Amino acid sequence: MSAAAASNKTGFDASAMVVAGLLGLGALWSLISAAAGADAAIRVHAWVIGAGFLAGLFMMARIYGDGGLDNDKTQYNENVIKAGVIASMFWGVAGLLVGVIIAFQLAFPALLSFDAFPQLNFGRLRPVHTSAVIFAFGGNVLIATSFYVVQRTCRTRIAGGIWPWFVFWGYQLFIVVAATGYLLGITQGKEYAEPEWYADLWLTLVWVAYLLVFLATLMRRKEPHLYVANWFYLAFIVTIAMLHVVNNLAMPASLFGARSYSAFAGVQDALTQWWYGHNAVGFFLTAGFLAIMYYFIPKRAERPVYSYRLSIIHFWALIFIYIWAGPHHLHYTALPEWAQTLGMTFSIMLWMPSWGGMINGLMTLSGAWDRLRTDPVIRMLVVSVAFYGMSTFEGPVMSVRAVNSLSHYTDWTIGHVHSGALGWVGFISFGAIYCLVPWLWKRAGMYSKALIEWHFWIATIGILLYITSMWVSGIMQGLMWRAYNSLGFLEYSFVQTVEAMHPYYIIRGLGGVLYLTGALLMVWNVYKTIKGDVREKDEAVKPQSAAIQQPAE
Amino acid sequence: MYESLASFAQTWGMLLFIALFLTAGAYALWPRNQQKFDEAARVPLEDHDRPAAADEADRTHKDRNDG
Repeated sequence: MSAAAASNKTGFDASAMVVAGLLGLGALWSLISAAAGADAAIRVHAWVIGAGFLAGLFMMARIYGDGGLDNDKTQYNENVIKAGVIASMFWGVAGLLVGVIIAFQLAFPALLSFDAFPQLNFGRLRPVHTSAVIFAFGGNVLIATSFYVVQRTCRTRIAGGIWPWFVFWGYQLFIVVAATGYLLGITQGKEYAEPEWYADLWLTLVWVAYLLVFLATLMRRKEPHLYVANWFYLAFIVTIAMLHVVNNLAMPASLFGARSYSAFAGVQDALTQWWYGHNAVGFFLTAGFLAIMYYFIPKRAERPVYSYRLSIIHFWALIFIYIWAGPHHLHYTALPEWAQTLGMTFSIMLWMPSWGGMINGLMTLSGAWDRLRTDPVIRMLVVSVAFYGMSTFEGPVMSVRAVNSLSHYTDWTIGHVHSGALGWVGFISFGAIYCLVPWLWKRAGMYSKALIEWHFWIATIGILLYITSMWVSGIMQGLMWRAYNSLGFLEYSFVQTVEAMHPYYIIRGLGGVLYLTGALLMVWNVYKTIKGDVREKDEAVKPQSAAIQQPAE
Repeated sequence: MYESLASFAQTWGMLLFIALFLTAGAYALWPRNQQKFDEAARVPLEDHDRPAAADEADRTHKDRNDG
């Protein structure tokens, strides 16, 4: 086998030339910007970006000096997935850590704001947190699982030679460029779309490559059916490409500068931004992770999805409805009222596909409910779907204009986001990682099942502390803002509301500490599993036992 | 320009989307598709350790994997 594998090297093919060309152009641009950039920020930032491109060229020189990439069509490409799993855990811990730091900055602002280091203040760290957990952690989980699922369900090796690796490393570079930019104060000020034009342009290249790799793999499939998880992944990739390109349409002030001007202004800009923002939730944090649900829950429970028909209806209903819900972020603004009502109506309609999907995920366990007790990974996956149901119930309620008048701009929104992010996205990702690690590294199970139990319970208590404190704090904040006294004056000044929220901010921070602790336990568990210190054979890993009996040849 | 685009979107555009959605719904519920969906639902449970081409080229592997 090893002799055959050696002859399966790609050599320096046309794809490698294109990638090397892109990296070379990037390095050249960085050099010019570092030397003669239009502003001080880019002259610093370009060093970081240039180092990334040079590292890429260096990696390519080493690989292609050795004959190129492995391209054995009789094997799945699992190395790029292994890299994705490790990157997910790294960014997950980094993002959660920054989250804990900024939570305590809000609780103790006098203690934790640093005049000497503006890079470390809340305004700059907050987008580092959101981008790290959503795009770095979530994005890596989605890329890694999509590469796994598309290969397995299509029974073919991933297409494109170097391109899956370009997607992986290009995406890491985007994350580093985005995060270091925020610390330097480079932002275009659009929530969840803060990176400036050059980072956006790079992400567009990476994302188009991702789409083409995914499509080419689907086209090569040996399986007559296109399993439903692939539909969700495809919708996620296509829609994110569209949202990203449209929302970031901008004119750079200089080709070698950090500043750009959006193509939109005023209320059009706001609507475009929230069309983007809400569908980033809908297609990145929902459709993509639903794909994980539709593969990993049936796989782990060893039974087919409850209703395949429901999964198709779920898919199309989600696609047709989600895209209209964005205007609910702009209630009581300059946006025309009919548009606000449209966003609200479609948000309420979203209940149906959301709960249809939740029922489909949960009922997949019917007849195997005992697994909830015995298998903490199944429990994590199922509790994540329960959180999905809960936050997709809460969301439509908050989108109703009257409710929104109380909830908007308060911590209730933050609590809502985190019940979805920590409960749904976090838990389904952790569950998928706990499944993937033994499968990829050919181990009989995880190092310690007890540690998974601890992770589950510590993280669950962390989420509960987080969301309950934010509900109380947010509703209190909203009620205090609207309270009038008998003379018609506002009852409370703004700073009084801030003072009242202090205890809840501490509870929220503690919830974050617990959630981070759980993630650290997972990192340790995964590290020991990869090293091969597997204590016990896990019955739940059985479906892949063929892989374990038969180590890499 | 705005008026005509908006009125097109609000009438024919809406009807097109509703028709597309109903088509997808009919496809999902069509009785004759049941067997196809049953097979598709089993795809994740039946995945193999190596791509399909490898299995055909190497029978012994397939047998071992299935066993």
